[in-house]
Amino acid sequence: MSELSELYQQVILDHNKKPRNFRKLETANRSAEGYNPLCGDQLNIYLQVEDDQLKDVSFEGSGCAISKASASMMTQAVKGKSKQEAELIFDEFHRMVTGRLNEEKEPNQLGRLTIFAGVRDFPVRVKCATLAWHTLHAALNNQPTISTEN
Amino acid sequence: MAAIVEELISIRPKPSDGWNVERIRKDFPVLRQTVNGKPLVYLDNAASSQVPVMVIERGAQYIEQEHSNIHRGVHYLSMRATTAYEGAREKVKRFINARDVKECIFVRGATEGVNLVMHGYGRKFIGEGDEIIISALEHHANIVPWQMLCEERGAKLRVIPMNDAGELLMDEYQALLNERTKFVAVTHVSNALGSVVPVRDVIESAHKYGAPVLIDGAQWAPHARIDVQDLDCDFYTFSGHKIFAPTGSGVVYGKADLLEKMNPFQGGGDMIKSVTFEKTIYADLPNKFEAGTPAIASQIGLGAAIDYLNIIGREKAAAYEHQLLSYATERISALEGVRIIGTAREKLGVLSFTIDGVHPHDIGTILDQQGIAVRAGHHCAQPVMKRFNLPATARASFAFYNTTEEIDQLINAIEKVIEVFV
Repeated sequence: MSELSELYQQVILDHNKKPRNFRKLETANRSAEGYNPLCGDQLNIYLQVEDDQLKDVSFEGSGCAISKASASMMTQAVKGKSKQEAELIFDEFHRMVTGRLNEEKEPNQLGRLTIFAGVRDFPVRVKCATLAWHTLHAALNNQPTISTEN
Repeated sequence: MAAIVEELISIRPKPSDGWNVERIRKDFPVLRQTVNGKPLVYLDNAASSQVPVMVIERGAQYIEQEHSNIHRGVHYLSMRATTAYEGAREKVKRFINARDVKECIFVRGATEGVNLVMHGYGRKFIGEGDEIIISALEHHANIVPWQMLCEERGAKLRVIPMNDAGELLMDEYQALLNERTKFVAVTHVSNALGSVVPVRDVIESAHKYGAPVLIDGAQWAPHARIDVQDLDCDFYTFSGHKIFAPTGSGVVYGKADLLEKMNPFQGGGDMIKSVTFEKTIYADLPNKFEAGTPAIASQIGLGAAIDYLNIIGREKAAAYEHQLLSYATERISALEGVRIIGTAREKLGVLSFTIDGVHPHDIGTILDQQGIAVRAGHHCAQPVMKRFNLPATARASFAFYNTTEEIDQLINAIEKVIEVFV
């Protein structure tokens, strides 16, 4: 059960229960919808981007604990960052959950997001953890919708 | 609470009730393994059932000793392969009580069965303004092909609604039927909820309007007897891999007179009498619908799976499965915060449930860590999920090799989920 407690850490369960920035953002000037047709997870990311800065970030949607907690913690992690910085964290996050970045040995900007490192032991759950990030990427690049299966 | 559980455990069906499950389990090599350090508890039978040694050996025998193409060689191996393949068809005929082997078309599963009927019958006989009736319980495989047909032909798709228990509203069905009804396609058992559909009534009523009826028997076939003549259905389809045969096997039955006047499904070798650049004359049934080299080993395996079911006794297996489902239903109902989705009076094989505050995928992952395989998701039945306002459910589905101890393990694992999340 150790892998399991690695996956469902208290912080993740807390964000699942009480997601942060979980609302529609009235001041948003970018948004995108992310969808995982295999499991039905669906979320919307709202961004207020000014002069290349992510002034505000929020999300709405439904999904499993991993996808919800990941979205919640992502909004906290990228708020105030530049587009480039956000994309860099996405890249590091993606590499971490697919086992291509050792967050303990290699320098990175992940901070508290390393709590999702356990996802790498559950390959079928990688899409849950990255859905919000793919959707953020889509919003930053003006794609209205993304699907994990395209 | 503890007293209830004890009482429930005391009503557990026992092997002495006429079913030696431990002996049956020895027939299924896949069950002898551990997953994540725990003995595998396989409760995803509605997605695909496991294959007994007898079927594995029959498929291996074809590959080792008979492998060749059917219906075309004059040589020894081809004749043996053809005999085995057609022998499997003969077994299917008896399995479903068809009038004739030519009414039993081999397909790679129920999905292909529905598509064959949609292309062969639907595209020929259904036109603008016609109506096709399906039900709210359908798997995507019995929705999407008909939608495609409606879009192409300008026909209209009508849906029999269901109540909160997951039972079709038969009065509403009667109201949907009219002179424009040109086809009815319904499931025999819901894959997401387990509800049994009163298909006999569906068929009888449709026939009053002259509409042929297709029954999707994918979830019925593993559990109960099929008699296509008694039902008087026009088409019946099921998958081999849900009745203990390999993937790639399956059957669509059709009444001979309908199959005769239908268009072929795919064109190619084996489905013709003669070909010139000007005209092709199609083969007689059933070959008309079996273009190209089929999944020979799998279909021979389906024949062996039917033999296996006959040997172990289908009625006894069904009675035991019924006990398993009742036991699981009672035990899950006793858990606080757990809700059973689909409470039809008549159910087969499937138990869908949700846990308050926990997404089914998290249930699936935590159960898997304890060696328990269930399906978590929309079960390829998104309209059913929508009807219950759910994104997904967790689904345990049973076969005659499952045990009450496995159900106890499922209950313990669900309690573990609640412990992690609540």
